[in-house]
Amino acid sequence: MPNRWLAAAVFSVLMLGAFPLWATEVKTAVLRIDRVVGPPISRLDAPPADLGFAGAMLGNEDNRTTGAFTGMDYTLKTLAVAPEQAGAALDALKAEGIGLIAVIAEGDVLKALSDRAGPEVLLLNAGARDETLRDADCRANVLHVSPSRSMLSDAIVQFLMWKKWSRILLIHGSHPEDKLLADSYRKSAAKFGVEIAEEREFVDTGGSRRTDTGYVMVQKQIPVFTQNAEDHDVIVAADEAGVFAPYLPYHTWDPRPVAGSAGLRPVAWHAAHEAWGATQFQGRFEKLSGRNMREEDYQAWLAMRVIGEAVTRSGKADPASLRAYALSNDFELAAFKGQKLTFRPWNGQLRQPILLTDGRVTVSVSPQDGYLHQHSPLDTLGIDAPETACHAFGG
Amino acid sequence: MLRSALVLLTAVLMFAGPAEANKIFVTNERGNSVTVLDSQSWEVIATFPAGNRPRGITISPDGKELYVCSSDDDTVRVFDPETYGELHTLPSGPDPELFVLNPAGNPLYIANEDDNLVTVVDVKAHQVLAEVPVGVEPEGVAISPDAKTLINTSETTNMAHFIDTSTYKVVHNVLVDQRPRYAEFTSDGKKLYVSAEIGGTVSVIDVSTAEPSIAKKISFAVPGVLPEWLQPVAVKATKDGSRIYVALGPANRVAVIDGASDEVLEYLLVGQRVWQMAFTPDEKFLITTNGNSNDVSIIDVQAGKVLRSVQVGEQPWGVVVAPD
Repeated sequence: MPNRWLAAAVFSVLMLGAFPLWATEVKTAVLRIDRVVGPPISRLDAPPADLGFAGAMLGNEDNRTTGAFTGMDYTLKTLAVAPEQAGAALDALKAEGIGLIAVIAEGDVLKALSDRAGPEVLLLNAGARDETLRDADCRANVLHVSPSRSMLSDAIVQFLMWKKWSRILLIHGSHPEDKLLADSYRKSAAKFGVEIAEEREFVDTGGSRRTDTGYVMVQKQIPVFTQNAEDHDVIVAADEAGVFAPYLPYHTWDPRPVAGSAGLRPVAWHAAHEAWGATQFQGRFEKLSGRNMREEDYQAWLAMRVIGEAVTRSGKADPASLRAYALSNDFELAAFKGQKLTFRPWNGQLRQPILLTDGRVTVSVSPQDGYLHQHSPLDTLGIDAPETACHAFGG
Repeated sequence: MLRSALVLLTAVLMFAGPAEANKIFVTNERGNSVTVLDSQSWEVIATFPAGNRPRGITISPDGKELYVCSSDDDTVRVFDPETYGELHTLPSGPDPELFVLNPAGNPLYIANEDDNLVTVVDVKAHQVLAEVPVGVEPEGVAISPDAKTLINTSETTNMAHFIDTSTYKVVHNVLVDQRPRYAEFTSDGKKLYVSAEIGGTVSVIDVSTAEPSIAKKISFAVPGVLPEWLQPVAVKATKDGSRIYVALGPANRVAVIDGASDEVLEYLLVGQRVWQMAFTPDEKFLITTNGNSNDVSIIDVQAGKVLRSVQVGEQPWGVVVAPD
């Protein structure tokens, strides 16, 4: 730990008083790429205008409070644009001298941005779940604070194993992202020894998601759709497009619990989580934003805190140094999940526990007890080093 | 009349011999109560309501006022340690969790997690004397034996803030590991121990010189326990500084540290999620609160053994022992 000792020594020399006369400016931004989508199945899920931005603002506030003691000043710019303006927005941020950018975008957009950004910029993926961005399509200038699909599917399947619900009816949607998620569940099932008793595809036939008939059609359609399935303990829904999963609970032919995209959901964060000091954190966010915290907000907060922590500990502010510090053994971050979060040095993915929620409370947190790993139990979630196809990190 | 007679009787009894019993007060975070134990029989002698989500607890040097952070009531409740009746409340700022009393008995320094403040309260006048801005999520508080320096740890800023108690200004900041929870001075005032729950370390800060600096970081390892669960919380030092005890939270262990070398000597198995600790005044016993097993463990300090555990209320959190 020579780096940490050096940093500690540097700070004890530098921090002569509470209000340093000098300050280094750390410029950050959140770039959110908004695709036009229809309204969600539940109007409770409609995204707020400041989605992600509010979380970043809290992270920036936290950094600034610390910066007041360390002589670091932090600025945050937030920007939401359509996919076709993503590149220009990135260029504009770079032109302003902002080299630390949290991105909330879909996978293909993030990939294009990372190729455009160049090595002088550090992007923090606070949105896309795509496996390939952490694997064959990984980029050296992207760190992923958002969990991947496989981390989420592993988190659920570990819980199902703990419950001994070992036979799954896998229902996936017809959109490409649904199929990727279904594939992730297949791999998780094989990894932890869960049997997929049967798979069904719920085809999105289009049409309006909102109708005045409400539940009447659903109550007739879903039982028929789930009828005569192979014997199963639980239904796992892979519906990233948000077309059908919330309709499954209570409507299935066999009385079975639902997990995945509805019922018991694996999430990076949710607003009811209270353990490990999260209550105060939720309270600070609600005071700042006037609403509950979403996953995108937590991920944007994480992005800002990764930057803040790397700046505080390394005493540097340039993207290359911060990236190197974040990927080093010295980096660790407390983030209200009961243990320190660190990066996987082989693909830039932040290791983190996954919350399992029914939407009201934290039902459980994965990794589950007993899932051991030679390095960290957190590495039982998602792609592990021996399987990685990512080579941009020197692996 | 009856009360003064009782006090007199207690005073007489206290001078009767060296091995007197002391009352041990344990806050039950979920039970919304305080459990009172007797330090000789280790029996529960009383339980009384203490507001919503009682956590931090301390007692005045004369043993006449018991202070409890009622976190969900945003107040500090003051109880009579004899009758267990509530005397009054103190303005604390929102969500008080931990506090420390000036060795002279006044004022009380309270960490307000929600507001990035340390609130200084006059316990006689029941007034706020000062609010000191600190880092994000202030948690642990400690005061130097000479009462000149107040320490506050901030959990998200990851610092120990050194506050001058005459000016209420932050004079030093020392960066420690992730989520610092608790600070403890040695009684000679030369060393300060700061635990980092998520970082898994205890920083030993040399405070004998003008500029405090980290002299050493203590880390922990227990065979068969995942390193992630070795989460140091409370730290207690014996008066002679020869032994330091560190509660390791979900590892269900208390680490015993040699105060001269700051090396871990051994780990004592206690109850689940060991959180706060307190010595009896003679330092023969160390009491630990175990939040997930609803009990306290009694450690025989000389023998280095866990003597027994005593069931208390739901989710015990803080503990204080009445002075002799």
